[in-house]
Amino acid sequence: MDSEHQCQCAQQNEEELYPKLEEMIEQHKGRPTELIMALHKAQNLFGYLPKKAQEIISERLNVPISTICGVITFYSFFSTVPKGRHSIKVCLGTACYVRGGQQTLERVEKELNTKVGGTTEDRRFSVDVVRCIGACGLAPAMLVDNDVYGRVKSTKIMDILKKYE
Amino acid sequence: MNIVRNHILISIDAGTIMSGARAVEDALIKELTKYGLDKEVSVLETGSLGITGMGVVLVVYPEGIYYANVTTKDVPELVEEHLLKGRPLKRLILTEAPKRTIITKEKTGLLKEQPRIVLKNCGFINPENIDEYIAAGGYEAIAKALQTMTPEDVVKEVKESGLMGRGGAGFPTGLKWEFAIKTPGEEKFVICNADEGEPGTFKDRLILEGDPHKLIEGMLIAGYAIKATMGFVYIRGEYNLSIERIEKAIADARSYGLLGKNILESNFSFDIFVKKGAGAYICGEETALIESLEGKRGHPRNKPPFPINAGLWGKPTLVNNVETLANVPEIIRNGAEWYRGYGTEKCSGTKVYTILGHVQTPGLIETEMGTTLKEIIFEYGGGIKDGKNFKGALIGGAAGAFISSEMLDVKMDFVNLREYAAALGSGAILVMNEDTDIVDMLKSVLHFFKHESCGHCVPCRLGTAKLVEIIDRIANSKGKKKDLDELMEITQAMKGASFCPLGQSVSLPVSSALRYFKDEFMAKVSA
Ligand SMILES: Cc1cc2nc3c(=O)[nH]c(=O)nc-3n(C[C@H](O)[C@H](O)[C@H](O)COP(=O)(O)O)c2cc1C
Ligand code: SF4
Ligand code: FES
Repeated sequence: MDSEHQCQCAQQNEEELYPKLEEMIEQHKGRPTELIMALHKAQNLFGYLPKKAQEIISERLNVPISTICGVITFYSFFSTVPKGRHSIKVCLGTACYVRGGQQTLERVEKELNTKVGGTTEDRRFSVDVVRCIGACGLAPAMLVDNDVYGRVKSTKIMDILKKYE
Repeated sequence: MNIVRNHILISIDAGTIMSGARAVEDALIKELTKYGLDKEVSVLETGSLGITGMGVVLVVYPEGIYYANVTTKDVPELVEEHLLKGRPLKRLILTEAPKRTIITKEKTGLLKEQPRIVLKNCGFINPENIDEYIAAGGYEAIAKALQTMTPEDVVKEVKESGLMGRGGAGFPTGLKWEFAIKTPGEEKFVICNADEGEPGTFKDRLILEGDPHKLIEGMLIAGYAIKATMGFVYIRGEYNLSIERIEKAIADARSYGLLGKNILESNFSFDIFVKKGAGAYICGEETALIESLEGKRGHPRNKPPFPINAGLWGKPTLVNNVETLANVPEIIRNGAEWYRGYGTEKCSGTKVYTILGHVQTPGLIETEMGTTLKEIIFEYGGGIKDGKNFKGALIGGAAGAFISSEMLDVKMDFVNLREYAAALGSGAILVMNEDTDIVDMLKSVLHFFKHESCGHCVPCRLGTAKLVEIIDRIANSKGKKKDLDELMEITQAMKGASFCPLGQSVSLPVSSALRYFKDEFMAKVSA
């Protein structure tokens, strides 16, 4: 096959999203102070911040790319590498820690065979830790995408993850 | 909002009983038990909710969401969606909830009677309905301020109320506002700090989700008092429901003419915008927050100048915490004198606490300043779980202090705790039973600091890394006695040399842990 026509689906899908991005950040045009809001939108759209998206934001908001890099690396929300389709965030805040957050994390790492900060080979899950998601009343807590799970006992974890394809 | 203790009130009256209310109640309890939620969520019977002909009706507090036509078949979905995942089950929601339901305290079972100022409406009104807030006396305070008070009067009232900032440091709010009004400037800003990153704290979230209009009203009053034109709510990126609720509330307030130009036909114009944080604890610090609002990395700035003189875009900026601002409408409505009737002489009003860890009923309470820790843990929190004994608590989040049983009788308020070298901080109380390993706890705290050090200054960046190295060694029983001294020395050095309060405050958990639980550390180290 001709190399030019060799495309990965993920990338192809990504290409289709750029017009959408342009549309979403239109309101932030020429407003450097709204960089973080624009990055939030891009990250929501792509699941991470591809170089090209950063360039578009740089140009539209009128922020140097070096500044954007600085901002992205500072905030734990943003990622420059593709993440899994679903993000798992295990809370290791103090309240969760006393109630066994570390065990939860170890279990997740073991079951998915990946480490904190990593993504499973099938790109299904990314695993990260967070410090307190405000769900301490139900510690230990875990976030899968936007769903909060409280009282996660290591045995129940796989049941929860089953729901995310 | 499943996060805090929920109450489900199920309407038991002739009509609902015929529709099978009892069976639904049994099913709820069974389903909650299945998920281990039965201690966090209580199912209570109440009389008629004033809704008839709609089958079994129930209401979930603190959100105050009404469901109608609930059958036993709906119960699993309802529990899973709303109480486990915190997503109200849209298909059963009753859109036109009654204006207000009177619920007697007895009905809510476990909770000890709480004097409620900040959380007055939480759980009693539908937070998504501006009319309910108004019906509960909402926006009366801003009307009173605009119609009968000058900005200076408002500042004076707040000053006399003795209100202190609830964001952690306890700085007198009225004084801050006075600085703000005295600072000249055409354009001034009000920022509500809703970053709430302190582990173990979710009080601001409950306010944002349970009574967003109260915050808007507080910001409006602050804006009027300091003559500001614009307000921002800087909110944690993870707080999805809070963001949704506050955005809806702002939109509703705009459509009622309570935000925007010439509010209530006065000369005062003010609007509020929501900005999402992006996962950096340091952005809770006010100058870092301002940097972040300007779209930059959230490194703290030098102080002085303080934000009140040169804040957002160099303009005078007032930064207040959510809970602080939520106190303001009641102060203006009822007067400073009334407010000072709550709390202690030096520290008036109430405080919202999150009680967590090994207590019977973890959750959120509001109680008067000056309540002892003993009362908080044993009366509001229901005592220690599983019949165990109390060992200690971590008060004020990660940057807080460890205390032991000898401090149970200390009256909790900002001023008094300072005398004990502790701090109320954000109001998080993490209770630990006799089995808790304090060394392990301190380890978690120090890892938190290392993770959240923003790396801007050397003492904190290197200091936190070194502290983690040492505590890990101690926790693995490989430490030496001199490691304990070194922990103290490093934190003392950081206290003096760190650029911002994050690095400066590590000394508090370290020194307090070593003071009260020295034996446990000694048992883990060799000479
Ligand atoms: C590391 C650090 C984190 C902070 N986090 C918060 C926070 O999450 N919420 C908050 O209101 N204040 C936080 N503060 C305090 C703010 O800097 C500021 O004092 C406060 O928002 C002022 O509001 P208040 O006067 O109403 O308390 C933090 C301070 C530091 C040093
Ligand atoms: S003390 Fe820590 S958090 Fe504060 S500026 Fe220095 S490195 Fe950043
Ligand atoms: S510490 Fe885990 S949710 Fe707060």
